[in-house]
Amino acid sequence: MVGLFVFPCSDSFYSEVFIMKSQNSLRPTSVQRKPKQTLADWMPKIVMAPTFIVTVVCMYGYMVWTGILSFTSSRMLPSYNFVGFDQYERLFNNDRWIVALSNLGVFGGLFIVICLFLGVVLAIFLDQKIRAEGAIRTIYLYPMAISFIVTGTAWKWLLNPTNGLEKLVVDMGFEDFKFDWLINPDMVVYCLVIAAVWQASGFVMALFLAGLRGVDGDLIKAAHLDGASTFTTYRRIILPSLKPVFFSALVILSHIAIKSFDLVAALTNGGPGYSSDLPANFMYAHTFTRSQIGLGSASAMVMLGCVLAILVPYLYSELRGKRHE
Amino acid sequence: MSNQTIKQPSKVLNNVLRIALYTVLLTMAAIYLMPFVVMLLTSLKDVEEIRSGTLLSLPSTLGFESWQKAWSSACTGSSCEGISPYFLNSFQIVLPAVAISTLLGALNGYVISLWKFKGSDLFFAALLIGCFIPFQVILLPMARTLGWLGIANTTTGLVFVHVVYGVAFTTLFFRNFYQSIPEELVKAARLDGAGFFTIFYRIILPVSIPIIVVTVIWQFTQIWNDFLFGVAFSGFDTQPVTVALNNLVNTSFGGKEYNVDMAAAIIAALPTLAVYVLAGKYFVRGLTAGAVKG
Amino acid sequence: MKKIALGLTTVALSLSAAISHAGDVEVLHYWTSGGEAASVEVLKQEMVSAGHNWRDFAVAGGGGESAMTVLKSRAIAGNPPTAAQIKGPTIQEWGDLGFLSNLDSVAKAGNWDSLLPDVVSNAMKYEGHYVAAPVNVHRVNWMWANPEVFKKAGASIPTTWEQFIVEAKKIKAAGFTPLAHGGQAWQDATLFESIAMAQGSKFYNDAFVELSEQTLRSDEMISVFDTFKQLRDLVDPGFSGRDWNIATSMVINGDAAIQIMGDWAKGEFTAAGKQPGIDYVCYPAPGTSGSFSFNIDFLAMFNVKEAGQQAAQQDLARLILEPKFQETFNLNKGSIPARLNMPRDQFDSCAHSSMDAFLASSSTGDLVPSMAHGMAANSMVQGAIYDVVTNFFNSPSMTSQEAVDKLARAIKASM
Repeated sequence: MVGLFVFPCSDSFYSEVFIMKSQNSLRPTSVQRKPKQTLADWMPKIVMAPTFIVTVVCMYGYMVWTGILSFTSSRMLPSYNFVGFDQYERLFNNDRWIVALSNLGVFGGLFIVICLFLGVVLAIFLDQKIRAEGAIRTIYLYPMAISFIVTGTAWKWLLNPTNGLEKLVVDMGFEDFKFDWLINPDMVVYCLVIAAVWQASGFVMALFLAGLRGVDGDLIKAAHLDGASTFTTYRRIILPSLKPVFFSALVILSHIAIKSFDLVAALTNGGPGYSSDLPANFMYAHTFTRSQIGLGSASAMVMLGCVLAILVPYLYSELRGKRHE
Repeated sequence: MSNQTIKQPSKVLNNVLRIALYTVLLTMAAIYLMPFVVMLLTSLKDVEEIRSGTLLSLPSTLGFESWQKAWSSACTGSSCEGISPYFLNSFQIVLPAVAISTLLGALNGYVISLWKFKGSDLFFAALLIGCFIPFQVILLPMARTLGWLGIANTTTGLVFVHVVYGVAFTTLFFRNFYQSIPEELVKAARLDGAGFFTIFYRIILPVSIPIIVVTVIWQFTQIWNDFLFGVAFSGFDTQPVTVALNNLVNTSFGGKEYNVDMAAAIIAALPTLAVYVLAGKYFVRGLTAGAVKG
Repeated sequence: MKKIALGLTTVALSLSAAISHAGDVEVLHYWTSGGEAASVEVLKQEMVSAGHNWRDFAVAGGGGESAMTVLKSRAIAGNPPTAAQIKGPTIQEWGDLGFLSNLDSVAKAGNWDSLLPDVVSNAMKYEGHYVAAPVNVHRVNWMWANPEVFKKAGASIPTTWEQFIVEAKKIKAAGFTPLAHGGQAWQDATLFESIAMAQGSKFYNDAFVELSEQTLRSDEMISVFDTFKQLRDLVDPGFSGRDWNIATSMVINGDAAIQIMGDWAKGEFTAAGKQPGIDYVCYPAPGTSGSFSFNIDFLAMFNVKEAGQQAAQQDLARLILEPKFQETFNLNKGSIPARLNMPRDQFDSCAHSSMDAFLASSSTGDLVPSMAHGMAANSMVQGAIYDVVTNFFNSPSMTSQEAVDKLARAIKASM
């Protein structure tokens, strides 16, 4: 099965970027308008109603339902035979789940750090009045447009030791070159990192580029007049002002990492063995292939917990920040 | 906004630095292009060349037979019509889904930013959290919901699913964009007697072009590339192109035709690639406008 | 708990079948490789000539994972396909949930009871009622070899696993890949199962059907794992994630010498225009010549609402058991017909040997259900075995003793 899932990610990305900015804009938070009740007063609520309903039902309703199932012994199809925390106990006694979680740690950490680093560096480089900037930018950005369903085979080839990069480099005369991470259980997770960075780093670059373009030109001029070098200007003035972009990129990338599914399904399908499994793939396999809906639901709830652990502090600071304004 | 002009080190050093800069940028570009180049080259070779050559060896002759086959005669399962019918299916799903989710997103964002009511902020936070749920979780309950609505395994059903899980994203885009519009503007317009939709249509929509572009590009890519919903909720005749591609790649007759597989993959990716290449400029511009300048 | 439609309704259905001729059958399957797709085409033609509309719903993926996702999603939506390709024990699970429709009248008219071997008909009944139609019987414990490669390497066909390893080393020394294999969990399990079968049918049944802890922890099991680990060195480094039919094409092309795979692999040889005994040879997997591990493909019939569909469904079930279909389908697929006493002249020597082994083994007790293909245990146990087996095969450091421990614990946890 070649899997699926298309980078569900960066929903939040704009949100974050824009929220940051919005904090700086001057806007009264409380509005005093009390004209007479008209249809127009109901209009906003009417307009929001469909979204409200689908959010309540199709997001929160389903989440609660999954939560309930995680306490049942559901197998092939949902049932309501409650077994307490049994499924969670089984989950954390399951070697494969532990591998999936620790993979997520390694994969997520490296993926985020490398993407941020590449994103910043490439954005700064591209901001140096580069000729053909548009073309280069498009090349960096295009992986985001394609799903791993499409590039999966090409990636498998590139990483495959018998006909991929290894062979290419060996044919060039470097006979000792070895690149067999794809079949090495200890290294395969780095293959996932490579492909994921390839897909998302250009996007992070675009974010930072947008941020760079927005930095107040006067600040930079002032710094230069003060005799600061280009390097110092970046380090002292420009990069610190990109903090919000940096932060949003961090949230988006963690989100991508947690939801990664296509990637594994297309590249390794969890192999060799189950050494490259990620939680989303674990959940899918158990819920659908192995008829263990209860266990799958429990793993989904743990994943949700991870998401909330990242999101809630952020939202909290976000909403609190607004109140202080 | 760049800064090379004011403080200039020696010209030589500057030139060396710039050569290094271009080298790095172009090397990275080559790396980013690699998987695509491999696909493209492979799609143009014949099966024998693929076996004997390396990944990056050039095809000896330029042939588009494999593209033709992928488009109109390759087999997916037992039907041999290529991926063209599914390509159309995808458009039938993507176009309405993008239009509806963008419109809803714009209206929601408009309300959340400019027509705040009690609880609208809370709702926004809820929406933000909601779009983080792993999509695998919702497959079964959504299947049941679609069954109840009587639109299971139809194009309408797929459009519905994509709108439901897209609207959170689009709302976020628009909400954040509209945050920068002063609320006084709406108030003033209301005092002049303009209604909810008039204000939206006359004042808000005209300034929304950058964010509409960003949203449409985003949604188009997301929905076009979807596989999970496509495979779980489509009927036999409404499968989107990603599902067909997966079938095609897994169908082979005594030896894989990698050239056809690759050609099909590129064809399946063409619309989103075209959108990024043609509208990519506006995408980054929209980002810049929304994110930083407002 | 009789949830399936019974008795009178069935009669009513078959009556209505006589009245309304044409109907749609939507068939969900994962037969997408060359030989398989050609086989489905046969059924499609039969249905079309019987006046029905065939709606082909293929969802690729060798083990059928995506197809099962689709089936669940469709069933929950209350809109199941007319028929779906599912496996033995899963039929019972769907039956429990009340999704399957009754085929007793077709079965009676077609005299299925006497046509089908017990092992087949038992798997396709739910609470004594026919709910599925078998298209074939696969033998899983096959060894496919390219004689040309053997000749070049100066190796001979092995009949035990010890000998297998000796010969394979010769082949490797001659510069060929000894064992064509794809690193997917179900392929690892297929290989593993064939090694386990060489320990005898009692051992096999105790381990994978009865799930006896004593057998799972036995010395025999440790030696099965030992052999299994030795095979890891006999595959090429590019095996990771490879599809089974790509592995087969390595044997077809003479890049590799042997593939241990069920007889669906023959479908690939046939589709590539190769002749058995000349271009390729088939032998039972080493040490399993008297045994037969079976994997039966069924089309299970789901409850559908429309009368036309119901009629078409009954027709589909009837056609599947017709000798003509059984013959053509299985010639393409590489398997043997599910019904007994078929004319054999069209089939090749591999199929003949499969048919003989099927009959012989069913009387000696050496006819065993395939663990790797979901015939022996439910999907939970099967998944647990997969995890251990595939992890062991791919991790250089795990010892056979550790693997046996893990296997016994994992199976216990999933029961």
